[in-house]
Amino acid sequence: MENYKPTLSGARILWECLEREGVTHVFGYPGGAILPAYDALKHSSIHHILVRHEQGATHMADGYARATGGVGVAIATSGPGATNMVTGIATAMLDSSPIVCITGQVGSKLLGSDAFQETDITGVTLPITKHNYLVTHASEVAPAVREAFYVARSGRPGPVLIDITKDAQQSTCEFDWEAAAPRMRGYRPDLSPAPEEYERALELIHTAKQPVILAGHGIFVSGALAEVQAFAEKASIPVALTLLGLGALPASHFLNMGMMGMHGEAWVNNAIQDADLLLAFGMRFDDRVTGSLKTYATKAKKIHVDIDPAEINKNVKVDVPLMGDLRKILQVLLPRVESTDRREWLDHLRRLKGDTAVRDIQNLPDNGHLYAAHVVNDLWHETRDRETVIVTDVGQHQMWEAQYYKHEHPRSLITSGGLGTMGFALPAGIGAKVARPKADVWVVVGDGGFQMTMSELATIVQENLKVNIAIINNGYLGMVRQWQEFFYERNYEATPLLNPNFSMLAQAYGIRTAAVKQRSEVIPAVRAAGEHDGAMLIDFQVEQEDSVFPMVPAGAALHEMIRRPSPLVETAEDE
Amino acid sequence: MLHTLVVYVENKPGVLSRVASLFRRRAFNIDSLTVGRTEKPDLSRMTIVVDADEDQARRIVANIYKLVNVLLVDDITGEPAIVRDLALIKVGAKHEARSHVLELASVFRARVVDVAPESLTIEITGAEDKIDGLLEVLRPYGLLEVVRTGQVAMRRGAKLSTTLAKVNGAAAIIDGENVSYSV
Repeated sequence: MENYKPTLSGARILWECLEREGVTHVFGYPGGAILPAYDALKHSSIHHILVRHEQGATHMADGYARATGGVGVAIATSGPGATNMVTGIATAMLDSSPIVCITGQVGSKLLGSDAFQETDITGVTLPITKHNYLVTHASEVAPAVREAFYVARSGRPGPVLIDITKDAQQSTCEFDWEAAAPRMRGYRPDLSPAPEEYERALELIHTAKQPVILAGHGIFVSGALAEVQAFAEKASIPVALTLLGLGALPASHFLNMGMMGMHGEAWVNNAIQDADLLLAFGMRFDDRVTGSLKTYATKAKKIHVDIDPAEINKNVKVDVPLMGDLRKILQVLLPRVESTDRREWLDHLRRLKGDTAVRDIQNLPDNGHLYAAHVVNDLWHETRDRETVIVTDVGQHQMWEAQYYKHEHPRSLITSGGLGTMGFALPAGIGAKVARPKADVWVVVGDGGFQMTMSELATIVQENLKVNIAIINNGYLGMVRQWQEFFYERNYEATPLLNPNFSMLAQAYGIRTAAVKQRSEVIPAVRAAGEHDGAMLIDFQVEQEDSVFPMVPAGAALHEMIRRPSPLVETAEDE
Repeated sequence: MLHTLVVYVENKPGVLSRVASLFRRRAFNIDSLTVGRTEKPDLSRMTIVVDADEDQARRIVANIYKLVNVLLVDDITGEPAIVRDLALIKVGAKHEARSHVLELASVFRARVVDVAPESLTIEITGAEDKIDGLLEVLRPYGLLEVVRTGQVAMRRGAKLSTTLAKVNGAAAIIDGENVSYSV
């Protein structure tokens, strides 16, 4: 049996290879050029989830990948099917999420002839994929699929697209799995730092008085959670997290300071500006994290650990680059880093924390208004004891979630960070639920972003998935409105939304609903969703003109934050 | 300043556009780009000249290196290297002008490769400034058509690359072994 090499169509080889790569679910939408592949699906044990738009398929694959760390797979036809995937591919690219997208293509003899539903999708996706393939013969299917999975999941992960012509799906060849093993001379994802770089890093760590660890998404990718925690504890270094790094260290951990950046905690940003050493672990100094680069952490030496050489010295000049796998690098550093007493620095940070509480919306007397922060806080209280995955969209609600939901576990938050893709949450939540059926999945989404991909409600129902949806409904494109309020003299151009009745809409799909306008109704509604077997949508109608604080205006220094005015009650009534 | 990069790539369709796309995306202007086969049929070699400062050049190298089909990137700017450009120059050469043009060509060690009643076509190989020099002196006779290949470059000496020699086994990459990378 080992050496048995059956003759199969390209379409059958495709599914056979996906199965051998460990794929159990794909998210897709059929069409002419991919029909041979769909026809061959009857021979496969893979479960195909029919989406309502190909963008949804890519976000689902992405959510699936982020929920587990595995590779998500999306499939679509040529032309419009393929171009509809572009936003999802770009989202996965900027957040280093391993997905494989398979597209049908017109017959190889028609390539370049402007045939019906022909798009040069490998050309279109060249800058937004880690790599892509145009497959024109059945014999190329297996090597392309194996390489695609290897490239997608290794090194710095990312999206890979395989474009398969119709005739490549239809024609046959001998299927030889072993012979199709990746042999890639130009792809070397396994870097490791030189020994002298470790020495330089240790010297900086041991002489630093006020160090801060900047923890990013790379910690999950590398599987370095335990190492990061052990390292921080041994060296007594406080940890600030990026948006995608939330969950890398439990929120309750005494060294976890919270989120940094544009909407990070004020004291975290101030700590970074005061630091004399930054240790960047699997993060890339995005502009949303640094503010103005000219004024960013000017007193600090920088150690940057990243697997992607192109990230080193890209935004921030670093003193010691450690290029390679974070986990392996920390395993080298851990036994050699000295236990250090940094009580003075940690006490200083605790004092910085002091002025936050008086401005915190949670600590203000109930004024009858329902704030998004209340919703997120109560949702956290109600779901913290169960395995919960929160999937957020992009905008104000995303930042409130990041601020008020205390993530204790890795992969408990899935969100579009780098690209900031509105419409991400609902489909990504579906992908997360498929990947982790035992977890409670909560899609937290704004009223704007929800309407970008709400057609996937049908996918939820058709697949009978228990996905909970919390719409943070403020009747505005809230984050844009906030920018208009702060920087464009309250000229609310094109931000007020006339929304449908979300409850009636969801009911049309057969989804149970609730509408919440008072804080007292939040917990009962969340509990009702928990007790209901099927999907549930809750329309949280929150304060319309609330803003996310603190805020570092684009291009300002990290410590130049707009703080929430205090007391808050007056502001709310002003508006 | 101008940086000269030597890039070894797999000889596969689409690789040139993957490399060129990096420059387009970051809005770097390619001064010249040549690509051709090597002694190994599955390998192509590019010489890319790009206007970039030190930092930008380092990032370009890192980004080219990230491409899956790229085997090796070598920034040979400022290193001992042989750099050559080839030009074909069709110049107006009637009557008495003809002998002047022939003289100039011989001073520059260029060859006449085509003779027509009213023109001469000259082939010249050399460093860029030498070709620029010939073009300048021929200009008064009327340049009818000029084509240049762009630069090709190679390090001097037996070694493939001095900086790459530090990296364990540069030659091995070309033969298909793994190698580490250092910025």
